[in-house]
Amino acid sequence: MKLTLKIWRQKNASDKGAFVTYPIDGISTDMSFLEMMDVLNEELAVKGEDPVHFDHDCREGICGMCSLYINGHPHGPKQTTTCQLHMRSFSDGDTITIEPWRAAAFPVVKDLVVDRGSFDRIIQAGGYVSVNTGGVPDANEIPIPKRIADEAFDSATCIGCGACVAACKNASAMLFTSAKISQLAMLPQGQVERMSRAEKMVAQMDAEGFGACTNTGACEAECPKGISLTNIARMNREYFSASVKSENV
Amino acid sequence: MSWVTKTLSSTIGRKLIMALTGLFLILFLTGHVSGNLLLFKGDGGEAFNIYAKFMTTNPAVKLLSYLTYISIIGHVIFSIWLSKRNKSARPIGYGVSTPPSTTVSSRNMGILGTIILIFIVVHMQSFWAQMHWGDLPVVTYDGEQYKDLFSIVTFAFQNELMVIGYVVAMVFLAFHLSHGFASAFQTLGLNHAKYSPAISVIGKIYCILVPILFASMPVYIYFTQS
Amino acid sequence: MILDSKSPIGPLAEKWTKHKFNSKLVNPANKRKYEVIVVGTGLAGASAAASLAELGYKVKAFCFQDSPRRAHSIAAQGGINAAKNYQNDGDSVFRLFYDTIKGGDYRSRESNVYRLAEVSVNIIDQCVAQGVPFAREYGGLLANRSFGGAQVSRTFYARGQTGQQLLLGAYSALSRQVANGKVKLYPRTEMMDVVTIDGHARGIVTRNLITGKIETHAAHAVLLCTGGYGNVFFLSTNAMGSNVTAAWRAHKKGAYFANPCYTQIHPTCIPVSGDHQSKLTLMSESLRNDGRVWVPKTVELAQKLRKGEIKPRDIKEEDRDYYLERKYPSFGNLVPRDVASRNAKDVCDEGRGVNETGQAVFLDFRDAINRDSEDAIRARYGNLFDMYQQITGENPYQTPMKIYPAVHYTMGGLWVDYNLSTTVPGLYSLGEANFSDHGANRLGASALMQGLADGYFVVPYTIGDYLAQIGPAPVDTNHPEFAKAEKGVKDAIQKLLSINGAKTVDHFHKALGHIMWEYCGMARNAEGLTKAKGMIQELRKEFWKDVKVLGANEELNQTLEKASRVADFLELGELMIDDALNRNESCGGHFRTESQTPEGEALRDDENYAYVAAWAFKGENTPEELNKEPLVFENVKLTQRSYK
Repeated sequence: MKLTLKIWRQKNASDKGAFVTYPIDGISTDMSFLEMMDVLNEELAVKGEDPVHFDHDCREGICGMCSLYINGHPHGPKQTTTCQLHMRSFSDGDTITIEPWRAAAFPVVKDLVVDRGSFDRIIQAGGYVSVNTGGVPDANEIPIPKRIADEAFDSATCIGCGACVAACKNASAMLFTSAKISQLAMLPQGQVERMSRAEKMVAQMDAEGFGACTNTGACEAECPKGISLTNIARMNREYFSASVKSENV
Repeated sequence: MSWVTKTLSSTIGRKLIMALTGLFLILFLTGHVSGNLLLFKGDGGEAFNIYAKFMTTNPAVKLLSYLTYISIIGHVIFSIWLSKRNKSARPIGYGVSTPPSTTVSSRNMGILGTIILIFIVVHMQSFWAQMHWGDLPVVTYDGEQYKDLFSIVTFAFQNELMVIGYVVAMVFLAFHLSHGFASAFQTLGLNHAKYSPAISVIGKIYCILVPILFASMPVYIYFTQS
Repeated sequence: MILDSKSPIGPLAEKWTKHKFNSKLVNPANKRKYEVIVVGTGLAGASAAASLAELGYKVKAFCFQDSPRRAHSIAAQGGINAAKNYQNDGDSVFRLFYDTIKGGDYRSRESNVYRLAEVSVNIIDQCVAQGVPFAREYGGLLANRSFGGAQVSRTFYARGQTGQQLLLGAYSALSRQVANGKVKLYPRTEMMDVVTIDGHARGIVTRNLITGKIETHAAHAVLLCTGGYGNVFFLSTNAMGSNVTAAWRAHKKGAYFANPCYTQIHPTCIPVSGDHQSKLTLMSESLRNDGRVWVPKTVELAQKLRKGEIKPRDIKEEDRDYYLERKYPSFGNLVPRDVASRNAKDVCDEGRGVNETGQAVFLDFRDAINRDSEDAIRARYGNLFDMYQQITGENPYQTPMKIYPAVHYTMGGLWVDYNLSTTVPGLYSLGEANFSDHGANRLGASALMQGLADGYFVVPYTIGDYLAQIGPAPVDTNHPEFAKAEKGVKDAIQKLLSINGAKTVDHFHKALGHIMWEYCGMARNAEGLTKAKGMIQELRKEFWKDVKVLGANEELNQTLEKASRVADFLELGELMIDDALNRNESCGGHFRTESQTPEGEALRDDENYAYVAAWAFKGENTPEELNKEPLVFENVKLTQRSYK
């Protein structure tokens, strides 16, 4: 395949950045999207040009590190991660535009690499159960209905890639935040800190400068792990009830 | 900051205001459209004028009307706050932006809402202000005097521009409601496998039915009274 | 030198309890005076950092990814073993111990493995308390499944994403300590060297991957939880960033490297599709429960397949060779990983491989679908089949899957004693980065268990003994050793940047991977290994003469990161060859063609090789020195594995 790549190049956080066009040839349909990028980078390196920087690690769709906005979609046209996108999803002669995630809370580091530390800080605000190592009850002490365990698992499959933020017209992080709040709100282990968790995580999410949800559903449609909007509804419930019931005046 | 202001200054708290005011306005629209159906009665406007007087004088209705004003203003102010925040959450936009699999209305609630707001101003100026402070002709039914709002309405809808304007505004309202109805429930956290499909269906019906009924009024008057 | 494992004496079942009691404790008020550095935030690193911070130590945690949650532990699919015996099927700590020792082909240390089995039960309790959503039965209790190498159901799992869920649990515990101010997190920071003062580890040198800034950090102890070195093969199931750098730099600072030749090749991976391939994807081993492995009986048919002249379905039953079922009638397609892998290589070497490259065998679900219906197979493996189709573009319900073995896990690693201390006092190694518990072959669902055991339940005890002995005097980076180490790192980076040769870093990495796979992969022999040793030495020379590393240090420079890692792989590769050459026996993942039974099975030599080979670095381009830790088996009887 012969393709034209329009890639966002930006030297560093303070650089203005611009699109640069690269023609590329000899791309096999069996390649993954990132392998296509590897080919480009090898060519650039041989020519002595700075390779295009992009985040990636596991290349099997689970670490959540890859993050390209391809032709108007986070992770490209398929509902999967960029590393699991293959070139057979494109046709010979296509022009592919590749951009970084765009959000105030995800500043560009270089080229297509962004800083998603804001997600870590949201989790640090309360995305955990406060138990120390040791001294916990036997794992089978508290039975959990299978349906609840499965639903909590569905929320817990979030890989923290940030596609929800990238897809949302408001750059809202509510799908990400709600997935963690939901997981722990559903499980008995999460009950003790249920209210303070919702309050703190939402406050941190707001402090990071993410937008507000307008229920367009773009996040759900683009999420590579199929995290559902019901999580956001649950987060809203958790937040309202925490606001009304918690002791934090 | 008290917990109330803290909650209401959070993104979710502000969305809560949007949802509650929105749902109240939906209730208002339901009342408004049912009352206005009296225009179709064909009694020369008697029932409509009696209804109009009731709506402007009854103390309970008065209370509701104030709630409606507050809702409109609150809905507008909070949407401006949220929109500003949402804009600043993505200072640099994308070069290519293919609309993902979301509805046109869901992506353009602000624009739709602005058009509807302009419509509301014009609409209130035409009828609501007239009813309250205008120099309206007076009719007498059973010895009691009523302002003849009906004549103002029928006169206004002789003008085809006015009719077209109203019908178009109702199209925008339909789109606004098509997202707003179910969205309000989602924001309130009322998302449930059993009930959400029903809410969605009711929302679909509502967003088509109510604007059609509203739009049919000027059209009906235009064709029957000219 | 004979190495002392510091294994406690006494009955196996009492060793850990006694050892804990005999270890010195650090007074709670003093704990905050100690600083501990944890490098790597996978299962071992995150759990250790969180647990140590909970105890009160001041912790600094480093990872090269942009978030600790992305460490490659996240990719583990299958599950985690624990001797809970919830299924009432006869499991026990001793049975898990026994299975692990046997599975490791009797090349691991009894005391460590027993402790691993012992604390396995605590891990599950801990994870559940953190909110890890394990699979459950309808009654609400935890579900288990069975896994290779065991006759009981002791594997806990969270669909096919157990590693993810466990890592997110450890990451949440770590995040809590970051919020508490007990852990300072350094993401996108790579460890470049260990600083030793008077023989003790006292800090590290790091490179900030965004700014390129070289920094030094001092601590009372350093924990390396940096995973395995499978990427020495270029192609593996490891993440692209997985590397040996931290462990290797520690090795060069005095930490012995044990059993580097023990690598696990996983039999069910998606085959290489071309030169562009950047990594290999594992397909869960569970597929072998229903899939039948075969290749055509003749080379002619295989050639026709490769050219696309015939389709797999066109090959008649009598022309198919279900070679695992033929050779191992009792275990069939469920033979252990190493046996399945080696046999796949053998049939491909005979020219009977089935894809364009000739490096693939079929895993066929036709008979299972006919027997149980397509829906039943979809319910069991739907997500795996979808993944396969996404990657290959072929529908495995209609045409057999193609699979081939790939490097998956490295059992070797930094040598550690019972306390998980390397040969450098104050320097610890946890998880896949150490060599400790899996011997010559790791059983499925044991990697997660080991990472979490080391981090949650072992090192928090053993480190206290060391810290109590050295005392809480403050540490800082003013000692000249820090400046020296920092300069060394800066010089090495400048050297890489100044070569400005003609060949890319990936070129060298691929070349190295090719040598390793060819001569130090599934089957090894003295002749090949000797040849490979020379090739690697040549390649290394060429690398330092002709590699092209663009850009500067003071920026995000992914080429520079890679170059620095590949430089270490080029040295490790040679040590792996040395180790493989030295070990003239076949055991677990290490198969020497010179040492096999008349039927072609792996043949151990317990008399001469029942030891851990721990290599000491003696200087650049100087042969490493072999040290032995004899393996003493007091509780199990050594037997030859047979799966006939």
